[in-house]
Amino acid sequence: MRSVRSAVALAGALALSLVAGCAKGGGAGAGGNTVTYWLWDANQLPAYQACAKGFEKENPGLKVKISQLDWDDYWTKLTASFIAGTEPDVFTDHIQKFGQFADLKVLEPLDDLGIDASDYQPGLADNWIGQDGRRYGAPKDWDTVALFYNKKMTQSAGLTPQQLNSLAWNPKDGGTFEKAIAHLTVDVHGKRGDEPGFDKHHVKVYGLATGGGGDGDGQSTWSSFAASAGWNYTDKKRWGEKYRYDSKTFQSVITWYFGLAKKGYMAPLTDYSAGANPANAQVAAGKAATALDGAWMLSTYAAMKGITFGTAFTPAGPTGKRATMMNGLADSITKNAHNKEGARKWVRYLSSDACQSVVGRYGIVFPATPEGTKAAVAAYGKKGIDVTAFTEPVTDKKDFRTFTFPITNYAADVFALMHPAMQGIYGSGRSVGSLDQTNDQINLILSQ
Amino acid sequence: MTIAPSVPPSRLRESGGDGRLAALFIAPALLGFTVFLLWPTLRGIYLSFTRFNLLTPAEWVGLDNYVRMVHDPIFWDSLQVTVEYVVINIGVQTAAALAIAVLLQRLTQSSVLRGIVLTPYLMSNVVAGVVWLWILDTQLGIGNQVIGALGFDHVPFLADEDWAIPTIALINVWRHVGYTALLLFAGLMAIPEDMYEAARVDGASEWRMFWRITLPLLRPVLAVVLIMTVIGSFQVFDTVAVTTMGGPANATNVLQYYIYGAAFGRFQFGYASAMSVALLVVLSAITFLQYRLTRAGQSDLG
Repeated sequence: MRSVRSAVALAGALALSLVAGCAKGGGAGAGGNTVTYWLWDANQLPAYQACAKGFEKENPGLKVKISQLDWDDYWTKLTASFIAGTEPDVFTDHIQKFGQFADLKVLEPLDDLGIDASDYQPGLADNWIGQDGRRYGAPKDWDTVALFYNKKMTQSAGLTPQQLNSLAWNPKDGGTFEKAIAHLTVDVHGKRGDEPGFDKHHVKVYGLATGGGGDGDGQSTWSSFAASAGWNYTDKKRWGEKYRYDSKTFQSVITWYFGLAKKGYMAPLTDYSAGANPANAQVAAGKAATALDGAWMLSTYAAMKGITFGTAFTPAGPTGKRATMMNGLADSITKNAHNKEGARKWVRYLSSDACQSVVGRYGIVFPATPEGTKAAVAAYGKKGIDVTAFTEPVTDKKDFRTFTFPITNYAADVFALMHPAMQGIYGSGRSVGSLDQTNDQINLILSQ
Repeated sequence: MTIAPSVPPSRLRESGGDGRLAALFIAPALLGFTVFLLWPTLRGIYLSFTRFNLLTPAEWVGLDNYVRMVHDPIFWDSLQVTVEYVVINIGVQTAAALAIAVLLQRLTQSSVLRGIVLTPYLMSNVVAGVVWLWILDTQLGIGNQVIGALGFDHVPFLADEDWAIPTIALINVWRHVGYTALLLFAGLMAIPEDMYEAARVDGASEWRMFWRITLPLLRPVLAVVLIMTVIGSFQVFDTVAVTTMGGPANATNVLQYYIYGAAFGRFQFGYASAMSVALLVVLSAITFLQYRLTRAGQSDLG
């Protein structure tokens, strides 16, 4: 849900929403005592409403008005609101959109909020510093990616949770990870993927669910593999000027990863649909035994009827480390906020332990502060969900590598170029070398 | 050989007076032309040399946008997709419209029939797109139900890379063919009936009359209709936006849709303007060529 994949829809209906944005404006333009706040995740709404109550108690006279809009509408309406001047005072910001908003100069610097990077899980606070060296976001929460598996299927395949937690892969033969995936694949005749006579064209259960082409980030598809092979998206950690989709390492990872589909261990691209049939739906339907998915999907998997799931670390790669993207959201204040003073207070409160512990107790997301994270882990535990596969990579730096979304300018253009390019390789069998041209074009745009 | 001025002096004075009156009559149209066509065009050309995101001031970047465009694989791809669409759309539409118009002229003069032919045109493109999207849906569409009932496999008309563009082209043919037919029919009405009578006296068949009388005499009207429909066809957008959103895998990412996405989706108004200028150049060239090749300015009637 947080993946940029949904950003396609941004282009979809802007003209319409320009009108709608003017008409509705999400309750902006309220008086001096109200702070308007937007978020997109409906699951998180109760948590932040509780947070707002605490804030209002601490700041008598100030009121927080929260509007929740679904992901697709959210960005369209938000962008339209900047143009129409009806923007919220504070909104939930995504790192993939940050570059564009910085470019549009619609964000208020937050340097004087006194945000200390060491108060949060490592790396989260630094991502929200713009190219001008100023801070534009206060860390809010984080998520990582792990391997979800259908316990019944792994058991019948004879794979123990310990085994699943110690898988390794490499781009040559796929290692123990590919072996496990192959063994979990079952064709219509009941033959497993690693047995002779396996019919790869008539597969009943795929070993690994498909998450599509992964676009430019591969958050819950190929990014764990590429990063554990030592690859980086760009030349610099933040605000890089050159992408590296032309790297031989990267291309070998992509060849291997989409090769899983050719071998029949992963569903073909045609079986994937971001809206109707994402990875979790394939698991829910019993069409896939495992899926790489994000922590934000935990409650979705937990709610699946008739399926008990487990989670395992992403497989260790050629570097010897396991890797996962660690993405974090932040709260940003808009430059033309109607109630800037109130907005500052609200963001300071949102980024404090006081609020993040409250949010954590709802067990729907990992808040950015260690205190908040602890509360969330406990809350998940109470629901019977073990989240070690998501939290361990953040604390264990020896065996794990975490990385963020590529933070560069022109993120939307990179998406527009990489989305069809990766689909072409996955779906229409285009050569992985074609990424060289796409990469050149991306770097040309970044150099301009 | 010299030609003596044939206009008497008094007439010159008169036309001076006409000029002022003419200017007055033209003024409203001229104002509209300047404000709504000339100025936006010039501003668009200016913006194509800038980096402009709508919220911060435009920044002059010279030819950067054009360099990017030349190297942009998606731009060339979408141009190719657009041309494919235009060829199918115009080819089928013109042939079908001509057939309908000739049948209307030669067989019946019924205005009810003429009205029926025009009905799809009364619908908006978006509505037509949505209705066809439902009809052609791979699983649930009634069109595919019929195909299934006839014992064939369902066809993913709008979900398959190879089918999508022809399908969209034919949806738009369905909507526009009646209108085009009516324009051609009007042109046919201008052909004098005595030509056909004379031909019939000479024993010519309907087929021969079509090729020897109808088509040559219809040429100027046909040419103008072609120029108009080709330009309109290049601007395909709404049907794509409603049915496929440019997909699957950019298979229907027509140029207008790509330009729209760059501007309103990714706030690259400079780059979008550069691509619009390219489209303007392509359209101007095609129109000029069509005009010259079909001698649209001259008539053989006369």
